[in-house]
Amino acid sequence: MAALPRRIIKETQRLMQEPVPGISAVPDETNARYFHVIVTGPEDSPFEGGLFKLELFLPEDYPMSAPKVRFITKIYHPNIDRLGRICLDILKDKWSPALQIRTVLLSIQALLSAPNPDDPLANDVAELWKINESEAIRNAKEWTRRYAMDN
Amino acid sequence: MDSEEETLYDDIDSGNESSGDDVDFAMDVESSNPIERTADTDEYPFEVLSTEEIVQHMVDCIKDVNTVVEIPATTTRILLNHFKWDKEKLMERFYDGDQEKLFTEAHVINPFTKTSALIKNRPQIKTNATEECGVCFMALPASMMTGLECGHRFCTSCWGEYLTTKIMEEGVGQTIACAAHACDILVDDANVMRLIKDSKVKLKYQHLITNSFVECNRLLRWCPSPDCNNAIKVQYVESKPVTCKCNHTFCFNCGENWHDPVKCRLLRKWIKKCDDDSETSNWIAANTKECPKCNVTIEKDGGCNHMICKNSCKTEFCWVCLGPWEPHGSSWYNCNRYDEADAKVARDAQEKSRAALQRYLFYCNRYMNHMQSLKFENKLYSSVKEKMEEMQQHNMSWIEVQFLKKAVDILCLCRQTLMYTYVFAYYLQKNNQSVIFEDNQRDLESATECLSEYLERDITSENLADIKQKVQDKYRYCDSRRKVLLEHVHEGYEKDWWDYLE
Repeated sequence: MAALPRRIIKETQRLMQEPVPGISAVPDETNARYFHVIVTGPEDSPFEGGLFKLELFLPEDYPMSAPKVRFITKIYHPNIDRLGRICLDILKDKWSPALQIRTVLLSIQALLSAPNPDDPLANDVAELWKINESEAIRNAKEWTRRYAMDN
Repeated sequence: MDSEEETLYDDIDSGNESSGDDVDFAMDVESSNPIERTADTDEYPFEVLSTEEIVQHMVDCIKDVNTVVEIPATTTRILLNHFKWDKEKLMERFYDGDQEKLFTEAHVINPFTKTSALIKNRPQIKTNATEECGVCFMALPASMMTGLECGHRFCTSCWGEYLTTKIMEEGVGQTIACAAHACDILVDDANVMRLIKDSKVKLKYQHLITNSFVECNRLLRWCPSPDCNNAIKVQYVESKPVTCKCNHTFCFNCGENWHDPVKCRLLRKWIKKCDDDSETSNWIAANTKECPKCNVTIEKDGGCNHMICKNSCKTEFCWVCLGPWEPHGSSWYNCNRYDEADAKVARDAQEKSRAALQRYLFYCNRYMNHMQSLKFENKLYSSVKEKMEEMQQHNMSWIEVQFLKKAVDILCLCRQTLMYTYVFAYYLQKNNQSVIFEDNQRDLESATECLSEYLERDITSENLADIKQKVQDKYRYCDSRRKVLLEHVHEGYEKDWWDYLE
């Protein structure tokens, strides 16, 4: 494997030195481009109290192309599908090489606080979120309790 | 400003210039194109532009605007692109509207206020200090950092890599935004050319820029012929034939082969329909048939529609209707008309849909048949060319043998017209005028097949005098019938005769 670019080394160091509150991202022991991520559910959201596992991979041409991020923990959210894929503009066409792992994870955390059912990825979830928000929020809380709170 | 344009366009690809001259069937360089010769209808002025001329045209458009509006040429290009290269629209907005809003919409910094923006966004830079590039995280001297008027600075090598990714991986040219997050200010040509070192990337960028210039300019259209890099420029958009320097003739409005008498809209509908229906059944219907007597499968690879089965049964039949050939030689020729009365026999819904399919296949079959034959006429061109050369070696003058080429030209034109008459006819509702149209179609078709048969025959210097007269009479007849048919359809468009089945 090619040598790790300075950008990735520095970014990892800074992430370790000044961690973001509520987010941990640890590189895999065997692959420095693969990160084990844990995001805590933001306060005053249906995901509060949950610990959500994600995986993050820095592709070959990072930072020219966006990192690949996916939820591993099941989550009831209109912009995250059954496979944990996330609908977030900065992971797609709005990616900028000036963004970082840190900013990406902060945006994902913000997405948990502010679901956007008008730009859905999980259609049934988004539908319910629009028709009956309180039931959708109840579902999200239930899923958080069931999948993001054990151990 | 001029020097900026030169850096952008001076090493532009010269394109495949050779492709026009060595087309296989071009018989003589001086012989005129068949379409041009018959372009006797109203004038439709157009110009053929090479890659260099397209770039020049683009530069001229920018200069035109810049003589009035004094802003950097690269900014003008972004603005013009925003207005789809409509100069008048740009001028109107520039002088009548809110300029600040205009620049924001086009994603450029207002050049009249940019100095203040620059100072505002980077006050802390001193010449000897180092800055950290937000992409590679290297601490670098300020001289290695650069940015657009928005003030977001990155190192030159990260800029180069960023632009390269956008151009080569994502194929973006016109609309590369600043590398900073959430900044939509567009990178201009001068900066792209300055920051990219690889000439391959520069070339791709130039292609992307010229391509979007042509694509979004209503008065320009790329020649659709493969490997041709020319574009056609017109003064107003209309459904008219234009002929590129590569000899390809197409409709300016829709880009398809010139398709008179059918209109662009119906042709598009037809093509979509042909694509929707099963390719395989279309192919089998268009390319193979069974001998009506011995049922052997036949693939037609050239020649006229007069078939003689080689599978020892020697049946003579018509390739189109599979009926016996005999009546086709006389006035009984009647295989171009689909009998609506027969279709009405269909009783239940299933039979109706079957009839619809059959009706479609009837027209599709004849359409495809002419299309196939048209492709084979390229072979005919080369065999006729050989014959003409041979005759010239047998004491015949160049001028005496030209009728052969002329005959093939007319044959091709007739086939092309006939091909599209079937698309027209497919959507046409029956009325008195449609009967006249079908008569014209039948007449042209039988004459065309006759001409095709003459040309397939052995033409030697011995029987030349005899056949020359026949061929000339026939092609003159075909040519005049073709014009009659087209004029009748055009008259119908003017007088609103045609009703469509849609």
